[in-house]
Amino acid sequence: MPTDSPDIALRTTALRKVFRRGSTDVVALDGVDLAVARGQVFGVLGTSGAGKSTLIRCLNGLERPTTGAVEVDGVDITALSRSALRAQRRRIGMVFQQFNLLNSRSALQNVALPLEIVGISRKQRRERALKLLDLVGLSDHADAHPAQLSGGQKQRVGIARALAAEPTVLLSDEATSALDEQTAGSVLDLLSDLNRRLGLTIVLVTHQLAVVKRMCDAAVLLREGRVVDGGTLADAAARPASPLGRLLLPALPDGGEHGAEVLDLVFVGEQARRVMARDDADDPLRARGVAVELLAAAYEPVGGEPVARLRVALRGPVEQRAADRAALTAAGAHPHEPETELELETA
Amino acid sequence: MSDETVDLIWEATLETLRMVGVAMAITIPLGLLVGVLLLLTARGAPLQQPIVNRLLGLIVNVGRSVPFIILLVALIPFTRAVVGTTIGTTAAIVPLTVATIPFFARIVESSLREVPAGLVEAAQSAGASDRQVVTKVLVPEALPSLVAGATITTIGVLGYSAMAGAVGGGGLGDVAIRYGYQRYETDVTIATVVVLVVLVQLIQLVGDVLSRRLSHT
Repeated sequence: MPTDSPDIALRTTALRKVFRRGSTDVVALDGVDLAVARGQVFGVLGTSGAGKSTLIRCLNGLERPTTGAVEVDGVDITALSRSALRAQRRRIGMVFQQFNLLNSRSALQNVALPLEIVGISRKQRRERALKLLDLVGLSDHADAHPAQLSGGQKQRVGIARALAAEPTVLLSDEATSALDEQTAGSVLDLLSDLNRRLGLTIVLVTHQLAVVKRMCDAAVLLREGRVVDGGTLADAAARPASPLGRLLLPALPDGGEHGAEVLDLVFVGEQARRVMARDDADDPLRARGVAVELLAAAYEPVGGEPVARLRVALRGPVEQRAADRAALTAAGAHPHEPETELELETA
Repeated sequence: MSDETVDLIWEATLETLRMVGVAMAITIPLGLLVGVLLLLTARGAPLQQPIVNRLLGLIVNVGRSVPFIILLVALIPFTRAVVGTTIGTTAAIVPLTVATIPFFARIVESSLREVPAGLVEAAQSAGASDRQVVTKVLVPEALPSLVAGATITTIGVLGYSAMAGAVGGGGLGDVAIRYGYQRYETDVTIATVVVLVVLVQLIQLVGDVLSRRLSHT
């Protein structure tokens, strides 16, 4: 595969990072391959200790990987000199969980910091910083200091600062984890908006499943320094048995009937829309003539595609079951045995 | 109190202020430099130089552990080499500065260490060099705390400057010893103490106001 393929904004190849702790080696990253397409919102999902922080520090060049490559815009940053690396770091804008704004500076001056570092004139810095504050909806707070801003406003300043040097990729390190639900929602909306309006590539590193479901086009599941599953969200949801798929599926209410053969069905995209509109003649269940009784259902968008998850009991005669299953598979229903709901921790 | 005594105290106060002022004017930039170096050369810090760090730390600690009155005497040859004399306020400024730099450097180091690592990381990920991290993040963010540290140091220097009187350094300490102690002029002793108390209050007040003004938290 050509490493400078133009549609890939950020790529890691066999990324490995080993820390020495006393006399033992701790493997933080164990061969991580990522490919983030330009304009994509890409999720890195993992619990604490999965290697997320190390991955971020490798992506923005604050940590040198033990082996493997990190390419931003086709440039392998692991091969750069210190000063070239500093310049390249500007290609990745960072948004932090704890905002990391300078208390000694106003919102405007915080946004201007990356421009100051590059040596842009005061007048241009001011103009550009004002524009960015306007973009994040804070133009009337330019002279406020961080202590006078709410958590959500601080993060908006953080996002404006991250965009100041016009990065290729915006890297968000748990950007909404320190915010209440409503504020987090508005910050995520802002990120979605920036993604759409500016075509900004965004990498969201998070332990929050809901953030990935709401925001991402594609994601990887990171566990013990390894990518255990990945792909576009719609694809993952259509693989109900896969680790990422199991996490992404809408949760079903507990309970359900026992005795009959119970199956979970998953529909993605147009199929999901049809199956939820139960009176639709196109209902993929009816069209196949499979006799099922609906026990529970959940429906929500995953990665921008509607996903329907149904728990059904097969009502046909026993000898018919195998044919029913085959028909359901043919209908794109991904039939599988109901499994206990997964938490991210145990996935 | 006679007019003569008032003049005496006034002159001594000016001498003390001169000693403290010049000593601090030299201490602040040099102490900042040493403090920044102590921080940046530490293990895991950007400039990581364990040997330099240990050596610097040793010098600073030795400087701080020698009692000032002994340093005053021990430095007499050095003082003569630097300012050409060993008596008077100018001569006193040399040992005062030598004793104060290590003290202030440690205060600077601990103030800078209080700046959250995330702020440094934010600047680094925006492409900041080590020098930019110091000038744009560490020092500005620690400024209120640095001012508070400089206030403490100034008051310490004021105390040391009184001791300089013991070796003919001039200032309030000198007057208190020569008139108050050796000639049993208790009113002079009391007057010098009162002036010192007032000076300490003033320095603390100015420091507090400045520190609060600079703090935006």
